[in-house]
Amino acid sequence: MGLHIQHLLGLEGVSKEDLTLILDTADSFYQVLERDIPVVPTLRGKTIVNLFYENSTRTRISFELAEKRLSASPLNFSVSTSSINKGESLRDTIQNIEAMKIDMVVVRHGSAGVPYFLTKCTDAVIVNAGDGLHEHPTQALLDMMTIRRKFGKLEGLKVAIIGDIFHSRVARSNAWGMTTMGMNVVLCGPPTLLPQHLDSLGVTITDNLDEALDGADVVMLLRIQLERQSSGVFPSIREYRDRYGIDIEKMAYLRPDVMIMHPGPVNRGIEMSSDVADGPNSVILKQVTNGVAVRMAALYLLGGGESV
Amino acid sequence: MFKKDNGSVIYPVESNQGTNYFLIREGRVIDPVNKIDEVLDLVVEDGRIRAVGKNLEKQFPVARVVDAKGKWVTPGLMDMHVHLREPGREDKETIDTGTQAAAAGGFTSVACMANTNPVLDEESKIRYVVQRGIHCTCKVYPIGAITKGLEGEELAPMGEMIKAGAKAFSDDGRSVEKSNIMRNALNYSKSFDVPVICHCEDSNLAQKGHMNEGVYSTRIGLRGIPSIAEEMTVARDLLLAEYTGARIHIAHVSTAGSVRMIRDAKARGVKVTAETAPHYITLIDEDVGMYDTNKKMNPPLRTALDRDALIEGLVDGTIDIIASDHAPHVPEEKDVEFDAAAFGVIGLETSLGVVITKLVKTAKLTPSEMVMKMSVNPNRTLRVPGGTLSVGATADITIISPDISWNVNSRYFFSKSRNTAFENMALNGYASCTILDGRIVFERS
Repeated sequence: MGLHIQHLLGLEGVSKEDLTLILDTADSFYQVLERDIPVVPTLRGKTIVNLFYENSTRTRISFELAEKRLSASPLNFSVSTSSINKGESLRDTIQNIEAMKIDMVVVRHGSAGVPYFLTKCTDAVIVNAGDGLHEHPTQALLDMMTIRRKFGKLEGLKVAIIGDIFHSRVARSNAWGMTTMGMNVVLCGPPTLLPQHLDSLGVTITDNLDEALDGADVVMLLRIQLERQSSGVFPSIREYRDRYGIDIEKMAYLRPDVMIMHPGPVNRGIEMSSDVADGPNSVILKQVTNGVAVRMAALYLLGGGESV
Repeated sequence: MFKKDNGSVIYPVESNQGTNYFLIREGRVIDPVNKIDEVLDLVVEDGRIRAVGKNLEKQFPVARVVDAKGKWVTPGLMDMHVHLREPGREDKETIDTGTQAAAAGGFTSVACMANTNPVLDEESKIRYVVQRGIHCTCKVYPIGAITKGLEGEELAPMGEMIKAGAKAFSDDGRSVEKSNIMRNALNYSKSFDVPVICHCEDSNLAQKGHMNEGVYSTRIGLRGIPSIAEEMTVARDLLLAEYTGARIHIAHVSTAGSVRMIRDAKARGVKVTAETAPHYITLIDEDVGMYDTNKKMNPPLRTALDRDALIEGLVDGTIDIIASDHAPHVPEEKDVEFDAAAFGVIGLETSLGVVITKLVKTAKLTPSEMVMKMSVNPNRTLRVPGGTLSVGATADITIISPDISWNVNSRYFFSKSRNTAFENMALNGYASCTILDGRIVFERS
């Protein structure tokens, strides 16, 4: 069987069956990646455009590698101007690209809703690689894959996501995906970086770190954009580190096998101290490895593939 | 003559071959100023209302009879908040096309905002709009800017603009940010007995927002414009009006908090009137759906609670006026990323249908109260004649088919633009005939 969804625009509304299928398939591709020749021919002949309106070397490389491992032909297209700053309109851009005969588009854009907009402009399959403050579904999928590979399950686990929740599409995608999978999600950060209106999404929201960490199986730290401090959202980096950063002292309050995650790039010494980032509980680099497998799975299944 | 496939016809004033002397037969004449609401005949002659009464046909040898059985005959409707985009953005709308849209929507007068390019902030520019409006299918009352270039720094020459025909002042599109400038504007405006129309938005709080801040904006990842962004400035402008004794009109009220504050201010005797738009009493933030840019306007669509409070405000009289905030945009400004899309929707050709469907058919407003909100009160607020069917008055009349059902289809609009929030909506009621200065300028068969 294949996926119910046609595009991967976000994890809101994606069924448990679809999420499980992607994660199972990702586990299979993980095996492929451990082979001497880590390539499968499943998407041979397919052209996939990586359309990036925001700089993101990591996510783009991860997608590109996943595409190459599937024998697809990636085409990288970075755009520094959008219709917001009077460049070519998004519709014109995508229709021009489509005219060159392509099969899938992986898109990252600073405006929420762009992946959905593209589904209205083209017949190609659209994969969201991050849109504004909205969603970043493959990041949440790789996070869930990483958790599942360690704990053998997702249901019933408590995850604390800490940091700039308001500006985080990673937090949103994880909130949707993880609650669908039966996890207990707590979002935590200073009140100014928490959305005021998220309680209806079935997650717990708190500005109290102790409450968030209490009994957590997984702690995910989000990157703090340093320029936010100057916009008056929190008083100082030092105060942020003191209240919400994770260091060895705070680790002492967590269960010994707690999983420490970060979508990267890490501000060492702010979200977490170096000894935590490099310590035995950290899975930051595993997340990166799993990212390739999960993106292979998503592209393969959206390209019409069935469970392997 | 301009015709649409749905049977709508505009008769430009200068080419009008119609008669000057006709009778509107057996319509339900709704004239709240004269406390009339009954089935009567009405005779129009030489641009004026000649007679209102029963069985007038024998008495007056008219050239034509307009049958109004089952229809409402009301004073010409007025939309006191429209953007006609001329001068400057004639690709979106012109005074010609905008007034055709107005006539097709049942309006015999509109007041147009000053945020054109150039801004209507001096005598000559006001005079230009007045001149351009003269032979149109709807009366055009320009609104002058409060501050030069809408910059919020220096007062625009109000006295000169009044002489040229301005009926109110507004920096609509933005708030006058500096409280002392707003205070001066209110104080200065007192010489002219015109309202200062307040676009209430604290730009610091509204910063970078694209829809109402709430659960839905959080879900779909759009930055929000909180209700307090409007309410902070409503509070300020009410305080300034109370302090200076000047007359203000709050444009496009969209939140429950604003309604509450306006209600309290009125009870204290503050000289304030207020308007809301058909979209705020019909749609809510969730109707943005999957980033539908035709649901993007400023202020944004709010919550169901706000919508209900606005309807309550209309019912209890806190909100005096319904105005469309008709804001035409070209497709390339709407067919883009939601963040990049222009704010605003058109409304002239759907306003009446929405009000009948959502307020009159639901028994929130009587037809007579609707005429107050869409004709009498805006005319009074701008101190212009109109809003009555008294004998001798200028014959600006709207004939309404209140029961007819139709689906909004922007293809049939006379407006140059298509950015309606109501596309495909099933509505009841529309204007079937619009009479301006005693001439039929619009008919829909």
